[in-house]
Parts: sequence; structure tokens; C-alpha cells
Amino acid sequence: MAWKIFLFLLLAFVSVAGIAFPIVPVPTKWYEFPFIPGLKENAKIIFFHVPTAWLSVVAFFMSTIYSFKYLRKKNLDDDAKSYAAAQLGIIFCILATITGAVWAKFAWGSFWSWDPRQTSIFALLLIYGAWFALRSSIESEEKRATLSSVYAIIAFLTVPFFVFIMPRIMKGLHPGSADDTNSGPVIDFKMNANMELIFFLSLIGFTILYFWMWNIGYKSIIYRDKINKQYRG
Amino acid sequence: MNAKAYALYLKDFRSEIRTRYAVNSLAMFVLVATSVILFSIGNETITQSLTAGLFWVVIFFSAMSGLSRAFVSEEERGTSLTLQLIAAPSTIFSGKLLFNIVLVFCMNIVITLLYSALFDGFVIKNLALFIAAFFFGNAGLAIASTIIAAIISKAGAKGTLYPVLSFPILLPLILTSVQLTLMSFEGASFIEAKFELAIIICYDVIMLTASYLLFDFVWKD
Amino acid sequence: MNNYFLHVKNISKFFGRRLIFKDMTFEINNNGIIGISGDNGSGKSTLVKIIAGITSPSSGEIVHQDRGKEIIPEKLHNYIGFVSPYLVLYEEFSAYENLSFFSNIRGIKLNIERADFLLEKLLLFKRKDDLVKTYSSGMKQRLKFIFALIHNPSLIILDEPTSNLDSSGKDTVYQLVENESKSNIIIIASNEQSDLNLCQREIKLQDFKLS
Repeated sequence: MAWKIFLFLLLAFVSVAGIAFPIVPVPTKWYEFPFIPGLKENAKIIFFHVPTAWLSVVAFFMSTIYSFKYLRKKNLDDDAKSYAAAQLGIIFCILATITGAVWAKFAWGSFWSWDPRQTSIFALLLIYGAWFALRSSIESEEKRATLSSVYAIIAFLTVPFFVFIMPRIMKGLHPGSADDTNSGPVIDFKMNANMELIFFLSLIGFTILYFWMWNIGYKSIIYRDKINKQYRG
Repeated sequence: MNAKAYALYLKDFRSEIRTRYAVNSLAMFVLVATSVILFSIGNETITQSLTAGLFWVVIFFSAMSGLSRAFVSEEERGTSLTLQLIAAPSTIFSGKLLFNIVLVFCMNIVITLLYSALFDGFVIKNLALFIAAFFFGNAGLAIASTIIAAIISKAGAKGTLYPVLSFPILLPLILTSVQLTLMSFEGASFIEAKFELAIIICYDVIMLTASYLLFDFVWKD
Repeated sequence: MNNYFLHVKNISKFFGRRLIFKDMTFEINNNGIIGISGDNGSGKSTLVKIIAGITSPSSGEIVHQDRGKEIIPEKLHNYIGFVSPYLVLYEEFSAYENLSFFSNIRGIKLNIERADFLLEKLLLFKRKDDLVKTYSSGMKQRLKFIFALIHNPSLIILDEPTSNLDSSGKDTVYQLVENESKSNIIIIASNEQSDLNLCQREIKLQDFKLS
């Protein structure tokens, strides 16, 4: 119980701090953020945008790991874990796409410009969509688990290609991209200590939240299956 | 091993000659897709990068219309059980892959000829590079679509699911192939294109290995 | 003298989370005919598919041995003959083409003498070059026996072997089965009393259902 209260306080603090702390040219007080050229006031969305993008990747990774486990052990609980991870993953993926698009509108002038990371998150969204479409078309539980596991692994194998080819094909606009000239890697040296602190607190807070939700998610899937089985006799 | 896969390919080939299930829809699809593109272009002259893109658009969608047949036809007729009783999964995957590779190459040679006859922008300056891109791109297309075809044949929902599942998997391949095709139009050398060629060969190798390893799970009930 | 040994070790099968059968263990090491009986939906077909290596069990394992050596799963299909109502042959080919394609895919040469003998025996010789889609359901069933026996399998699995057959067809099949049982193991999954009368031993699926 204590950790739930802690998580609540952590996320409450991050939300308030991320939104309310002012950005000033030369920060002097502990609650002031530095001014980053090229990002300005909308730099604050980093506290919410980056964790969602991070978690959509983590969820995809976990979903693949449990798919792999399912194929080795054929335990339907692993499939439930994979499914629960992907359910959260697609939510975070949509959130990351939307927060990113909003940020892009103010930072780069348009909602969508096929920056490498925008394209990657779009590909991830497509993979999630295809994965759920595949699952919903299969009746038998085992077949669904097996086929979606195979698909998840194949989809996972395409990830490195996106990482390598995207920057060759389109220009990067994100801070930290290889050809980024104006704002450079944000996390490394453009943030000051308190901004970094809140950024990492937010990352940790959202990650704990994700694991909690995932835990509840897969358990409820397993319980539901068991209840269904009892009704069927 | 190879002789068995080849025997399975011959069976599929003979069956295709008798039923013409995949070939007819494929040929019509290529024709329809190319003419729609030509109509929408009208008298405009389009850039080479757009031509390279449209070339792969037609290839992708034609592949999606025909390549799932290899497994879906077995599943629909109920003959997959028969195949399971006469061959190991690796033989079946090799045989079906061979059939799809032949189908993809025939189809894409036709598309290439059509494009070079009908599109002004389709001028290949570095033919060797184009052939390399064509070869590795089509091999990758056949490999990835064969394993996805196996998945959807077992999944019950046939036609509409195929492009949905294939697109994210094929996206890196298609993006790279478009890039390489464009380079061959611009007359780039192999050295300039070595990064893209390396990517596309890696893709082929990784997909082939993964497909062989995973096919057992898909195939066995 | 037999040289085939089938050992079913503690297999259980679930469909999703529903139990079909549990902890099934038995051995077959003598030539002859073994029956598997059970009500509709009790898992007869599932069991024979597991034995044939088409479906995997949820737990447990099946060991096939030939002359004391274990058969690897990739080679198993050449030791097994299988007949069932849900088996389908290629309708766009003739009976003869079907048999020759199957032999080629197995990687063996079609034994023409045996093919002709079986076609003759099952009254299909005159129609051997007609497309399978022109066959009646009884003829298709008879063709499946040729498909199952053409490669001289050591383990012959017959799932409801006499469905769609007329009485003379049944007699031919019974005669063929008795003949094969002298040198091979035959497993019949059926509820027909006349099929089960052939069996020297019967495995009842009810015994492996746990409440």
C-alpha cells in the first residue's frame, strides 16, 4: 500500500512541477527551468511525451519477450502477459503520437513531418494495430497465442532496420538527431539539474505506473479465462 | 531435402496451371493498378523519385493480391493435413517459398517492362545496381510474405488481413528498395549504394532465418 | 516379428483451458490392431493426431522407435499412414497424379506395382486417370487408403475408416487391414462396433477423463 501512496505523490509532484515551474533565461531558484533555444516554453512537454514514447517501446519489448516465452513453454499465462503489455503499449503509443504531434505543431510548424522518430512511432502503431487485428480474427486461444507470438517476434526483428535506415531517408528534426544543429542532445547538457531530476522522476513514475497497470491487466485476463472455463464446464 | 521441396513446388506449379488461381488475379491486378496510376498522372511529368515510389507501390499491392494463395489455398481446401502427413515443415516452407519467389520474379519482370515502356521517368542509368536491388528486394518480399501467408492461412480471416499484417514487416524493405531504385535511376555507383545494399541483404538473411525457425510453430496445430 | 515401438508417456491435452484428456500412458509394441473408442467429442481424433505428430500435446511426450532407434520428428511422416474423414486429397489432380506427387514430396520413388495392386484391390484402377473431383465420397475414402498404404508405413492410423463406405467396400478394407496387421501396428479410432471387432486390444478414452 505504501508504494501506491508514494507513486501517487510522485506523479502528482511531477505533473505539478512539469506544468507549473517557470522557464527563465538564467535559473537561480531551485524551481526554475533553463531556457533551451529551439524548444522555448514547449520544452515542458518533454516530461510527458518522452515517458509515453519510452513506455510504448518497453511494452513492445515485453510483449515480444513473453511471446518468445510462450512459444518455448506453451503456457497461456505468458500469452496473457504479452497481451496485457501490448494493450498498454498501444495506449502509450497513441499518447506519444498525439503529444508528439502537438509538440511538433508548435516547435516545427506542422503536426506531422515524417521525421525519423515520427515515422518509427507510426510504424510501431501499425505493428500494434496489425497485431490486434490478427488476435481478434482467431477464435481458438492456443492458435491465437501461437500465431500472435510468431508475428510479434517477426515484427520485433524489423525494429533495427528502422533505426538504421530512417535517418538515411529523412531529415531528423528531433532534438538529439544526428543532423540536429540547433538544440543538440537535450538530456545531456541542455537541461539543468532540477529539470533533469524532474525528467527522470517522471520517467521512473510512469514506468512504475506501467508495471502496476500491467500486473493488474494480465491477472484480470487470467482470472477472466478461468471464470469463462468454469461456466463452460 | 531440396528435391522434396522442388517436388512440392512442381505440385503447386501444376496445380496453378490447372486452376490459374493466383496468376489470373495477379495479372489483372498489375494491369489495373498501373492503369489507375497512368490515368491519375495524365499529362503531368512526374519526378524520378515519385516513379521509383510508384513502382514499389504496384509491386507491394500486387504481391499482396497473389502471394497468400500458397498457404491459403491449402487451408481452404483442407489439404494442409495431407501435406503435414507427407512432408516435414522445413520442406513445406522451402517448397512454398520457391513457388512464391518464382511468382514474385515473374510478376515483377512484367511490372518492370510495363514501367519502362509507359513511364518517362523510368530510366535506369546503373543497370547492375537496379538488378541487384530488384533481386534482393524481391527475395525479401517473397520471404516475408510467405511466412505472413502461413500465419493468415491459420488465422481464419483471409484476404483483408494480409496487407495489414505484411505492411509493417515489409516497410523497411520497401523504403530501402525505393531508395536503391532511385539511386539506379540517378546512376549511383555500388560504393555509394553499399549501405542500402547491406541493409537489404541483412533483411533477407534475418527474415529467412527467422521464418525457418518460426514456421514449425505456425504449421503445427 | 515386429520392429516398431510406440510409447505414449503421460500426455495431456487442453484446448485453451479446457481439458480433453489427462495423463494418458500406454505402449504398443506388438503388431496387431488396437482400437480407440470414446463418445463423440471425447478426443479420439485429437489423440490420433497427437500420435501421428500433427498436433502437439499440452504436456507429456510420444516416443516412436524403429528397430530400437528413436525416430526424429522430421522423419516421422514416412513411417505413418493416416486415413480420416477430414483428410482431403487434391481434387484438381487424378488419383495417379496425387499418388506420384505424394511420393515425390516424400522423396521416394512411386512404387508402381504396389500402386496398381492397391488401385485394383480398392476398385479404382479403371478410374485412376480421372480427376479426384469427379469421384464419389466412397471412392475418395477408398483412395485415402491407397494414400495411407502406398509407402509401406509401419504405423497405420485409421480414424473412422469405414465412413462413407458401402458394405463391399467395408469388407475390402477389413481384409486389407487384417493383412497389414500381420507386419505392422494398426490403430483404429472408431465407434462402429464392426470396426472395433477387429481389434485385439481397446483403449477407452473415458478412462483418461478426470472430473
